[in-house]
Amino acid sequence: MSDLATTPLYDLHLELGARMVPFAGYSMPVQFDGIMAEHTRTREAAGLFDVSHMGQVILSGQDYATIAAGFETLVPVNAIGLAAGRQRYGLLTNALGGIEDDLMFANKGDHMLVVVNAACKADDIALMKAGLEPLGITVTEVTDRALIALQGPGAEPALSRLAPAAAEMRFMDVADLELEGVTCWVSRSGYTGEDGYEISVPEAQAEALARTLLDMDGVGPVGLGARDSLRLEAGLCLYNNDIGSTTTPVEAGLIWSIQKVRRAGGDREGGFPGAQVILPQIESGVPRTRVGLRPEGRAPMREGVVLFAEPEEGEAIGVITSGGFGPTVGGPVAMGYLPIDMAVPGTQVFGELRGKRLPLTVHTLPFVAANFKR
Amino acid sequence: MKFTEEHEWLQDEGEIVVVGITSHAAEQLGDVVFVELPEVGTEVTKDEEIVVIESVKAASDILAPLDGEIVEINDAIVDTPAMVNDDPQGEAWFFKMKPSDRAPMDEMMDEAGYQAFIG
Repeated sequence: MSDLATTPLYDLHLELGARMVPFAGYSMPVQFDGIMAEHTRTREAAGLFDVSHMGQVILSGQDYATIAAGFETLVPVNAIGLAAGRQRYGLLTNALGGIEDDLMFANKGDHMLVVVNAACKADDIALMKAGLEPLGITVTEVTDRALIALQGPGAEPALSRLAPAAAEMRFMDVADLELEGVTCWVSRSGYTGEDGYEISVPEAQAEALARTLLDMDGVGPVGLGARDSLRLEAGLCLYNNDIGSTTTPVEAGLIWSIQKVRRAGGDREGGFPGAQVILPQIESGVPRTRVGLRPEGRAPMREGVVLFAEPEEGEAIGVITSGGFGPTVGGPVAMGYLPIDMAVPGTQVFGELRGKRLPLTVHTLPFVAANFKR
Repeated sequence: MKFTEEHEWLQDEGEIVVVGITSHAAEQLGDVVFVELPEVGTEVTKDEEIVVIESVKAASDILAPLDGEIVEINDAIVDTPAMVNDDPQGEAWFFKMKPSDRAPMDEMMDEAGYQAFIG
């Protein structure tokens, strides 16, 4: 265990009785009071998550437009058109049209802030350095700040007690807010399907800020276990499960993240890795796609469960990429890939679980409606 | 009460033995959301996987602690899996079996031995 990295909130996690697990090279809390309680707390009040293991990366250069133009060579998004103080979701793509990582990027006025997955951050930074430094853009990993997510309907009342301006932010706004006397980089976003904030705080002040928030009514700590069940109910992809280097944005149902200006016929059409694969797919479709699935019985079906069209015999038609119990749904939920003609809500398919084929129904995503403050 | 290294408890009631999982096991599993029990009348072999238990996070198997026949199952925990977290060593027993060979029970831990085992 000694080779695991720790976050600035590690001691606090232990004090709060967390069960720690290795995750992406870090010792992280998987649960505090129990996954169900933490999940429900986030949907009904507010959950505080340590996501300091994620990569925070600053792209700096001559001006934002220059940085954004460079970024667009790696990511099929409209970064140039993103207003200052706004954030967007994007995908790092590869030459075959696959997804190297999913990320958030923000226009911070004179620079760009990018937040990437923990498990991918070393590769992402190398990829960005290789692609952007020749263009005069500097890629700097932020290693002296923690990242805290505060999620749920109680997030706004809690954070606006420390900074009233937090209440004025809309979904995907970013702002520098003074919290407990420290300048924090705050975005109104998260990965739970709930309203909330992600707060980048200098590591020396991270524990004090977390304690202040946890002392507020309704705010409690939440581990990776509930983070997973929350994002699954919200229909959000987990990198390396639901998306990866061999799934394209079109197969993954993430076309919405590719703004029109980057698609065929757009002013800045293509010009990103894999465009020759992805752009035609947007026009003419793909043979398989990501779907929501609800097992009809009570048994959860998890990643790796193979899907069939028929209750007996026949070839495999797809696979579950994420699955488990959805505490808010009150039953098992899953996501996976199916042939396009089967990817119609209401279609029945069968998952092979412990040697038996059990029925599932294709379901629209998300399973639980998003609760963002648009 | 006897305990196995697989974190099961066995209550000897003469003709039959009641089997469940320990409080320690229930706590380690976390919130239990699904339990699948064997059918009454099934002949089972020691160490055969006969119960599936799923928590929010993961699936686990429970092994038959002895050779014998399943004579009763606790449908209540199938209907309300959270009982396994609430009262694992009481109301949330899993099944009752009629052992054909009770000898392995002599090797199983007592309460003090199990507490030492889980540290």
